[in-house]
Amino acid sequence: MKLAIKYFGQLAEITECSEEEFEFSGMKISDLREALFLKYSKLSNKDFQIAQNQVLVSDDTEITTNEIALLPPFAGG
Amino acid sequence: MSRYNRHIILSEIGQIGQDKISKAKVLVIGAGGLGCPVLQYLAAAGIGTLGIMDFDVVSESNLQRQVLFGTSTLSVNKALAAKKRLEDLNNTITINAYPKRLTSRNALEIFKNYDIIVDGTDNFETRYLVNDASILTNKPLVYGGIYKFEGQLSVFNYNNGPSYRCLFPSPPEAGTIPNCSEIGVLGVLPGIIGTMQANEVIKIILELGNVLSGRVLYYNALSSEMTSIKINKSETEIQKVINNKPFFNSKEEEIKCTVTIPEISIEEVFKNNNLQFIDVREMEEQPKVTSINPLYLPLSEFENNLDKIDLEKTKVIFCQAGIRSKSAVSILQKYRINNSYSIKEGALEIIEYIKKNGK
Repeated sequence: MKLAIKYFGQLAEITECSEEEFEFSGMKISDLREALFLKYSKLSNKDFQIAQNQVLVSDDTEITTNEIALLPPFAGG
Repeated sequence: MSRYNRHIILSEIGQIGQDKISKAKVLVIGAGGLGCPVLQYLAAAGIGTLGIMDFDVVSESNLQRQVLFGTSTLSVNKALAAKKRLEDLNNTITINAYPKRLTSRNALEIFKNYDIIVDGTDNFETRYLVNDASILTNKPLVYGGIYKFEGQLSVFNYNNGPSYRCLFPSPPEAGTIPNCSEIGVLGVLPGIIGTMQANEVIKIILELGNVLSGRVLYYNALSSEMTSIKINKSETEIQKVINNKPFFNSKEEEIKCTVTIPEISIEEVFKNNNLQFIDVREMEEQPKVTSINPLYLPLSEFENNLDKIDLEKTKVIFCQAGIRSKSAVSILQKYRINNSYSIKEGALEIIEYIKKNGK
Protein backbone atom coordinates (compact mmCIF):
# COMPACT_ATOMS: atom_id res chain seq x y z
CA MET A 1 0.00 0.00 0.00
CA LYS A 2 1.25 3.48 -0.79
CA LEU A 3 0.75 5.84 2.17
CA ALA A 4 0.83 9.64 2.00
CA ILE A 5 2.58 10.73 5.22
CA LYS A 6 2.76 14.28 6.57
CA TYR A 7 5.45 15.28 9.07
CA PHE A 8 5.24 18.26 11.44
CA GLY A 9 7.77 20.28 13.47
CA GLN A 10 11.02 18.57 14.37
CA LEU A 11 9.91 15.36 12.66
CA ALA A 12 9.97 17.08 9.25
CA GLU A 13 13.57 18.12 9.99
CA ILE A 14 14.54 14.49 10.57
CA THR A 15 12.79 13.19 7.44
CA GLU A 16 13.91 16.28 5.49
CA CYS A 17 10.45 16.60 3.96
CA SER A 18 7.02 17.66 5.19
CA GLU A 19 5.20 15.10 3.07
CA GLU A 20 6.13 11.89 1.26
CA GLU A 21 4.76 8.74 -0.34
CA PHE A 22 5.70 5.69 1.71
CA GLU A 23 5.45 2.11 0.49
CA PHE A 24 4.16 -0.02 3.35
CA SER A 25 3.01 -3.64 3.68
CA GLY A 26 2.13 -3.92 7.41
CA MET A 27 -1.26 -3.95 9.09
CA LYS A 28 -1.21 -1.72 12.13
CA ILE A 29 0.00 1.69 13.24
CA SER A 30 2.63 -0.05 15.40
CA ASP A 31 4.00 -1.76 12.25
CA LEU A 32 4.16 1.62 10.56
CA ARG A 33 6.13 3.06 13.49
CA GLU A 34 8.69 0.28 13.12
CA ALA A 35 8.92 0.75 9.35
CA LEU A 36 9.46 4.48 9.86
CA PHE A 37 12.14 3.88 12.51
CA LEU A 38 13.99 1.66 10.02
CA LYS A 39 14.01 4.42 7.42
CA TYR A 40 14.63 7.26 9.92
CA SER A 41 16.44 5.97 13.01
CA LYS A 42 16.34 9.41 14.68
CA LEU A 43 12.52 9.27 14.82
CA SER A 44 12.76 6.61 17.51
CA ASN A 45 14.02 9.22 20.03
CA LYS A 46 11.07 11.53 19.40
CA ASP A 47 7.64 11.69 21.00
CA PHE A 48 4.81 11.86 18.50
CA GLN A 49 1.27 10.70 17.88
CA ILE A 50 -0.10 9.34 14.63
CA ALA A 51 -3.30 10.36 12.87
CA GLN A 52 -5.06 8.34 10.18
CA ASN A 53 -7.53 10.12 7.92
CA GLN A 54 -7.23 13.18 10.21
CA VAL A 55 -8.17 11.27 13.37
CA LEU A 56 -5.69 10.52 16.18
CA VAL A 57 -5.28 6.74 16.46
CA SER A 58 -3.50 4.34 18.82
CA ASP A 59 -0.71 1.88 18.01
CA ASP A 60 -3.05 -1.11 17.71
CA THR A 61 -5.32 0.59 15.14
CA GLU A 62 -5.42 -1.08 11.74
CA ILE A 63 -4.40 1.03 8.78
CA THR A 64 -7.37 1.40 6.47
CA THR A 65 -6.68 4.62 4.57
CA ASN A 66 -3.54 6.04 3.01
CA GLU A 67 -3.66 9.44 4.72
CA ILE A 68 -1.24 9.51 7.68
CA ALA A 69 0.18 12.37 9.79
CA LEU A 70 2.91 12.32 12.46
CA LEU A 71 2.21 14.86 15.21
CA PRO A 72 4.82 16.04 17.72
CA PRO A 73 4.09 18.23 20.78
CA PHE A 74 5.46 21.82 20.72
CA ALA A 75 6.98 23.31 23.87
CA GLY A 76 7.43 26.92 22.77
CA GLY A 77 5.31 29.87 23.76
CA MET B 1 -20.21 53.26 25.77
CA SER B 2 -18.69 53.66 22.30
CA ARG B 3 -15.59 51.58 23.17
CA TYR B 4 -17.34 48.31 22.25
CA ASN B 5 -19.59 49.70 19.48
CA ARG B 6 -18.11 47.49 16.74
CA HIS B 7 -18.92 44.41 18.82
CA ILE B 8 -22.37 45.60 19.82
CA ILE B 9 -23.51 46.38 16.29
CA LEU B 10 -22.72 42.77 15.27
CA SER B 11 -26.06 40.99 15.56
CA GLU B 12 -24.21 37.82 16.72
CA ILE B 13 -22.80 39.68 19.75
CA GLY B 14 -24.95 42.71 20.60
CA GLN B 15 -25.15 44.31 24.06
CA ILE B 16 -26.02 40.94 25.59
CA GLY B 17 -22.84 39.36 24.21
CA GLN B 18 -20.71 42.32 25.25
CA ASP B 19 -22.13 42.03 28.78
CA LYS B 20 -21.03 38.37 28.84
CA ILE B 21 -17.51 39.48 27.86
CA SER B 22 -17.53 42.09 30.64
CA LYS B 23 -18.48 39.46 33.21
CA ALA B 24 -15.86 36.92 32.06
CA LYS B 25 -12.73 36.12 34.07
CA VAL B 26 -9.76 34.82 32.11
CA LEU B 27 -6.35 33.76 33.44
CA VAL B 28 -3.37 33.81 31.06
CA ILE B 29 -0.36 31.75 32.16
CA GLY B 30 2.80 33.13 30.58
CA ALA B 31 3.04 36.67 29.17
CA GLY B 32 5.48 35.78 26.40
CA GLY B 33 5.14 35.28 22.65
CA LEU B 34 1.69 33.73 22.93
CA GLY B 35 0.53 35.52 26.09
CA CYS B 36 1.13 39.03 24.71
CA PRO B 37 -1.31 38.86 21.74
CA VAL B 38 -3.83 36.90 23.83
CA LEU B 39 -3.76 39.58 26.53
CA GLN B 40 -3.80 42.45 24.05
CA TYR B 41 -6.97 41.28 22.29
CA LEU B 42 -8.74 40.12 25.44
CA ALA B 43 -8.10 43.45 27.19
CA ALA B 44 -9.25 45.35 24.10
CA ALA B 45 -12.39 43.18 23.90
CA GLY B 46 -13.26 44.17 27.47
CA ILE B 47 -12.83 40.90 29.40
CA GLY B 48 -14.00 41.96 32.87
CA THR B 49 -11.21 40.33 34.85
CA LEU B 50 -7.87 39.40 33.31
CA GLY B 51 -5.23 37.51 35.29
CA ILE B 52 -1.60 37.55 34.09
CA MET B 53 0.90 35.13 35.53
CA ASP B 54 4.63 35.23 34.72
CA PHE B 55 7.72 35.10 36.94
CA ASP B 56 10.16 36.18 34.22
CA VAL B 57 11.47 39.64 33.33
CA VAL B 58 11.52 41.33 29.92
CA SER B 59 14.79 40.90 28.03
CA GLU B 60 15.86 42.52 24.78
CA SER B 61 15.54 39.27 22.79
CA ASN B 62 11.83 39.16 23.76
CA LEU B 63 11.00 42.38 21.89
CA GLN B 64 11.13 40.69 18.44
CA ARG B 65 7.73 39.07 19.23
CA GLN B 66 6.41 40.01 22.68
CA VAL B 67 4.49 43.06 21.54
CA LEU B 68 3.30 44.40 24.91
CA PHE B 69 6.85 45.32 25.94
CA GLY B 70 9.39 47.93 24.89
CA THR B 71 12.80 49.31 25.74
CA SER B 72 11.27 51.16 28.72
CA THR B 73 10.20 47.86 30.32
CA LEU B 74 13.48 45.93 29.93
CA SER B 75 14.25 43.98 33.15
CA VAL B 76 10.71 44.60 34.47
CA ASN B 77 8.63 41.57 35.48
CA LYS B 78 6.43 40.58 32.51
CA ALA B 79 3.15 40.28 34.45
CA LEU B 80 3.64 43.77 35.90
CA ALA B 81 4.84 45.30 32.60
CA ALA B 82 1.88 43.75 30.73
CA LYS B 83 -0.59 45.00 33.36
CA LYS B 84 0.73 48.54 32.98
CA ARG B 85 0.46 48.48 29.19
CA LEU B 86 -3.02 46.91 29.24
CA GLU B 87 -4.34 49.41 31.78
CA ASP B 88 -3.56 52.10 29.24
CA LEU B 89 -5.30 50.08 26.51
CA ASN B 90 -8.42 49.55 28.62
CA ASN B 91 -8.89 51.25 31.99
CA THR B 92 -12.41 49.88 32.47
CA ILE B 93 -11.38 46.29 33.28
CA THR B 94 -9.75 44.63 36.29
CA ILE B 95 -6.25 43.26 35.73
CA ASN B 96 -4.57 41.00 38.30
CA ALA B 97 -0.83 40.48 37.93
CA TYR B 98 0.81 37.41 39.49
CA PRO B 99 4.57 38.05 39.21
CA LYS B 100 5.46 34.53 40.29
CA ARG B 101 5.94 30.98 39.09
CA LEU B 102 2.94 28.66 38.70
CA THR B 103 3.42 25.67 40.99
CA SER B 104 1.26 22.75 42.04
CA ARG B 105 0.96 24.54 45.40
CA ASN B 106 -0.65 27.75 44.08
CA ALA B 107 -2.34 26.53 40.84
CA LEU B 108 -5.70 25.30 42.18
CA GLU B 109 -6.15 28.30 44.48
CA ILE B 110 -5.57 30.80 41.64
CA PHE B 111 -7.44 28.87 38.89
CA LYS B 112 -10.65 28.67 40.90
CA ASN B 113 -11.11 32.46 40.64
CA TYR B 114 -11.33 32.34 36.82
CA ASP B 115 -13.71 30.93 34.16
CA ILE B 116 -11.21 30.17 31.40
CA ILE B 117 -7.47 29.36 31.48
CA VAL B 118 -5.07 30.21 28.62
CA ASP B 119 -1.77 28.32 28.26
CA GLY B 120 1.00 30.55 26.91
CA THR B 121 3.86 28.76 28.68
CA ASP B 122 7.11 27.61 27.11
CA ASN B 123 7.94 24.25 28.70
CA PHE B 124 6.29 20.86 29.10
CA GLU B 125 6.51 20.72 32.88
CA THR B 126 4.31 23.81 33.22
CA ARG B 127 2.01 22.77 30.34
CA TYR B 128 1.14 19.49 32.10
CA LEU B 129 0.70 21.35 35.38
CA VAL B 130 -1.69 23.83 33.69
CA ASN B 131 -3.61 20.95 32.07
CA ASP B 132 -3.94 18.94 35.29
CA ALA B 133 -4.97 21.97 37.35
CA SER B 134 -7.58 22.82 34.68
CA ILE B 135 -9.02 19.30 34.97
CA LEU B 136 -9.05 19.46 38.78
CA THR B 137 -10.79 22.86 38.84
CA ASN B 138 -13.02 21.98 35.84
CA LYS B 139 -12.00 24.98 33.69
CA PRO B 140 -11.75 25.06 29.90
CA LEU B 141 -8.14 25.46 28.75
CA VAL B 142 -7.21 27.32 25.58
CA TYR B 143 -3.91 25.80 24.51
CA GLY B 144 -1.28 27.06 22.06
CA GLY B 145 2.25 25.82 21.31
CA ILE B 146 4.87 26.90 18.80
CA TYR B 147 8.00 25.52 17.15
CA LYS B 148 10.10 27.65 14.78
CA PHE B 149 7.61 28.25 11.90
CA GLU B 150 4.76 26.02 13.11
CA GLY B 151 2.05 26.28 15.71
CA GLN B 152 -0.58 24.10 17.31
CA LEU B 153 -3.85 25.10 18.91
CA SER B 154 -6.69 23.39 20.76
CA VAL B 155 -9.30 23.85 23.49
CA PHE B 156 -9.17 21.26 26.26
CA ASN B 157 -11.54 20.33 29.12
CA TYR B 158 -14.37 22.09 27.33
CA ASN B 159 -17.90 20.69 27.86
CA ASN B 160 -16.52 17.36 28.99
CA GLY B 161 -14.16 17.18 25.98
CA PRO B 162 -10.62 15.78 25.73
CA SER B 163 -7.62 17.17 27.64
CA TYR B 164 -3.98 17.74 26.68
CA ARG B 165 -3.18 14.27 28.09
CA CYS B 166 -5.70 12.71 25.67
CA LEU B 167 -3.50 14.09 22.87
CA PHE B 168 -0.08 13.60 24.49
CA PRO B 169 -0.43 11.37 27.60
CA SER B 170 2.93 12.18 29.18
CA PRO B 171 5.67 14.80 28.84
CA PRO B 172 8.51 14.06 26.40
CA GLU B 173 11.86 13.32 27.99
CA ALA B 174 13.52 16.52 29.20
CA GLY B 175 15.59 18.27 26.58
CA THR B 176 14.34 16.34 23.52
CA ILE B 177 12.16 19.20 22.23
CA PRO B 178 13.77 22.63 22.36
CA ASN B 179 11.85 25.85 23.11
CA CYS B 180 12.09 29.23 21.35
CA SER B 181 15.01 30.57 23.41
CA GLU B 182 17.07 27.54 22.38
CA ILE B 183 16.20 27.20 18.73
CA GLY B 184 14.59 30.44 17.55
CA VAL B 185 11.08 31.31 16.36
CA LEU B 186 9.59 33.45 13.62
CA GLY B 187 8.37 36.54 15.53
CA VAL B 188 5.01 36.77 13.82
CA LEU B 189 4.12 33.10 14.50
CA PRO B 190 3.15 33.46 18.21
CA GLY B 191 1.23 36.56 17.09
CA ILE B 192 -0.90 34.38 14.82
CA ILE B 193 -1.36 31.46 17.22
CA GLY B 194 -1.91 33.76 20.26
CA THR B 195 -4.53 35.74 18.38
CA MET B 196 -6.28 32.47 17.48
CA GLN B 197 -6.23 31.56 21.19
CA ALA B 198 -7.88 34.90 22.02
CA ASN B 199 -10.51 34.10 19.37
CA GLU B 200 -11.29 30.73 21.01
CA VAL B 201 -11.65 32.46 24.41
CA ILE B 202 -14.20 34.91 22.96
CA LYS B 203 -16.10 32.05 21.23
CA ILE B 204 -16.31 30.14 24.52
CA ILE B 205 -17.64 33.21 26.35
CA LEU B 206 -20.19 34.05 23.64
CA GLU B 207 -21.06 30.41 22.86
CA LEU B 208 -20.51 31.34 19.25
CA GLY B 209 -19.46 29.12 16.32
CA ASN B 210 -17.58 25.86 16.82
CA VAL B 211 -15.09 25.92 19.67
CA LEU B 212 -11.86 24.05 18.76
CA SER B 213 -12.56 21.23 21.23
CA GLY B 214 -11.86 17.60 20.28
CA ARG B 215 -9.50 18.77 17.56
CA VAL B 216 -5.93 19.99 17.38
CA LEU B 217 -5.00 22.46 14.66
CA TYR B 218 -1.50 22.56 13.16
CA TYR B 219 -0.49 25.73 11.33
CA ASN B 220 2.58 26.13 9.14
CA ALA B 221 3.60 29.75 8.55
CA LEU B 222 5.83 28.83 5.59
CA SER B 223 3.31 26.79 3.59
CA SER B 224 0.32 28.76 4.98
CA GLU B 225 -1.38 25.39 5.49
CA MET B 226 -3.61 24.32 8.35
CA THR B 227 -4.35 20.72 9.31
CA SER B 228 -7.08 19.82 11.79
CA ILE B 229 -6.86 16.43 13.55
CA LYS B 230 -9.67 14.88 15.59
CA ILE B 231 -8.81 13.84 19.17
CA ASN B 232 -10.89 11.44 21.24
CA LYS B 233 -11.32 11.77 24.97
CA SER B 234 -9.38 9.26 27.06
CA GLU B 235 -11.33 8.68 30.29
CA THR B 236 -8.35 6.73 31.65
CA GLU B 237 -5.93 9.66 31.25
CA ILE B 238 -8.36 12.12 32.84
CA GLN B 239 -9.23 9.73 35.68
CA LYS B 240 -5.51 9.34 36.49
CA VAL B 241 -5.26 13.11 37.03
CA ILE B 242 -8.38 13.13 39.21
CA ASN B 243 -7.14 10.15 41.26
CA ASN B 244 -3.87 11.97 41.87
CA LYS B 245 -5.59 15.06 43.30
CA PRO B 246 -4.68 14.28 46.94
CA PHE B 247 -1.00 14.24 45.92
CA PHE B 248 -1.21 17.30 43.69
CA ASN B 249 0.19 19.74 46.23
CA SER B 250 3.11 17.49 47.05
CA LYS B 251 4.27 17.17 43.42
CA GLU B 252 6.72 19.99 43.88
CA GLU B 253 8.36 18.10 46.70
CA GLU B 254 9.03 15.22 44.31
CA ILE B 255 10.75 17.54 41.88
CA LYS B 256 12.86 19.08 44.65
CA CYS B 257 13.95 15.67 45.88
CA THR B 258 15.47 14.68 42.56
CA VAL B 259 19.23 15.05 42.25
CA THR B 260 20.45 18.55 41.51
CA ILE B 261 22.45 19.07 38.34
CA PRO B 262 25.85 20.71 38.92
CA GLU B 263 26.00 23.96 36.95
CA ILE B 264 28.92 26.24 36.32
CA SER B 265 29.25 29.74 34.87
CA ILE B 266 31.60 30.54 31.97
CA GLU B 267 33.94 32.54 34.23
CA GLU B 268 34.36 29.64 36.65
CA VAL B 269 34.92 27.15 33.82
CA PHE B 270 38.13 28.72 32.60
CA LYS B 271 39.64 28.71 36.11
CA ASN B 272 39.97 24.93 35.73
CA ASN B 273 42.43 22.76 33.81
CA ASN B 274 42.10 19.40 32.08
CA LEU B 275 38.67 20.15 30.62
CA GLN B 276 36.69 18.32 28.00
CA PHE B 277 34.05 20.54 26.43
CA ILE B 278 31.01 18.77 24.98
CA ASP B 279 28.53 20.45 22.65
CA VAL B 280 25.20 18.60 22.91
CA ARG B 281 23.37 20.63 20.27
CA GLU B 282 22.28 18.92 17.07
CA MET B 283 24.96 19.10 14.34
CA GLU B 284 23.14 21.71 12.25
CA GLU B 285 22.90 24.23 15.11
CA GLN B 286 25.03 27.37 14.96
CA PRO B 287 27.28 29.08 15.97
CA LYS B 288 29.98 26.47 16.62
CA VAL B 289 32.45 27.23 19.42
CA THR B 290 35.54 26.05 17.58
CA SER B 291 38.10 27.83 19.81
CA ILE B 292 37.53 25.39 22.70
CA ASN B 293 37.63 22.35 20.40
CA PRO B 294 34.53 20.62 21.81
CA LEU B 295 33.43 17.05 21.35
CA TYR B 296 30.18 17.06 19.35
CA LEU B 297 27.64 14.70 20.94
CA PRO B 298 24.07 15.77 20.05
CA LEU B 299 21.64 15.08 22.89
CA SER B 300 19.50 12.89 20.61
CA GLU B 301 22.41 10.42 20.34
CA PHE B 302 24.18 11.29 23.57
CA GLU B 303 23.39 8.14 25.50
CA ASN B 304 24.71 5.90 22.70
CA ASN B 305 28.05 7.69 22.52
CA LEU B 306 29.19 7.83 26.13
CA ASP B 307 32.29 5.78 25.20
CA LYS B 308 33.68 8.82 23.35
CA ILE B 309 33.92 10.79 26.60
CA ASP B 310 37.32 11.04 28.29
CA LEU B 311 36.60 9.97 31.87
CA GLU B 312 39.90 11.39 33.16
CA LYS B 313 38.91 14.94 32.32
CA THR B 314 36.40 17.34 33.85
CA LYS B 315 33.38 17.24 31.54
CA VAL B 316 31.93 20.65 30.75
CA ILE B 317 28.73 20.50 28.72
CA PHE B 318 26.98 23.27 26.85
CA CYS B 319 24.13 23.85 24.40
CA GLN B 320 22.18 26.86 23.14
CA ALA B 321 20.55 28.00 26.39
CA GLY B 322 21.77 25.77 29.22
CA ILE B 323 18.73 23.47 29.26
CA ARG B 324 19.73 20.49 27.15
CA SER B 325 23.19 20.55 28.75
CA LYS B 326 21.50 19.86 32.10
CA SER B 327 19.72 16.86 30.58
CA ALA B 328 23.07 15.58 29.34
CA VAL B 329 24.61 15.89 32.83
CA SER B 330 21.66 14.00 34.29
CA ILE B 331 22.30 11.19 31.77
CA LEU B 332 25.96 11.11 32.86
CA GLN B 333 24.85 10.93 36.49
CA LYS B 334 22.66 7.97 35.60
CA TYR B 335 25.79 6.16 34.39
CA ARG B 336 27.75 7.35 37.44
CA ILE B 337 30.05 9.47 35.25
CA ASN B 338 30.99 12.14 37.77
CA ASN B 339 32.92 15.36 37.52
CA SER B 340 30.48 16.70 34.90
CA TYR B 341 29.08 20.22 34.78
CA SER B 342 26.45 22.03 32.74
CA ILE B 343 27.41 25.54 31.60
CA LYS B 344 24.69 27.96 32.66
CA GLU B 345 25.08 30.12 29.57
CA GLY B 346 24.66 29.17 25.90
CA ALA B 347 27.06 28.87 22.96
CA LEU B 348 26.65 32.50 21.94
CA GLU B 349 27.57 33.80 25.40
CA ILE B 350 30.59 31.46 25.52
CA ILE B 351 31.89 32.86 22.22
CA GLU B 352 31.39 36.42 23.44
CA TYR B 353 33.11 35.70 26.74
CA ILE B 354 36.14 34.21 24.99
CA LYS B 355 36.29 37.16 22.59
CA LYS B 356 36.33 39.58 25.52
CA ASN B 357 38.43 37.75 28.08
CA GLY B 358 40.32 34.98 26.30
CA LYS B 359 40.27 31.49 27.75
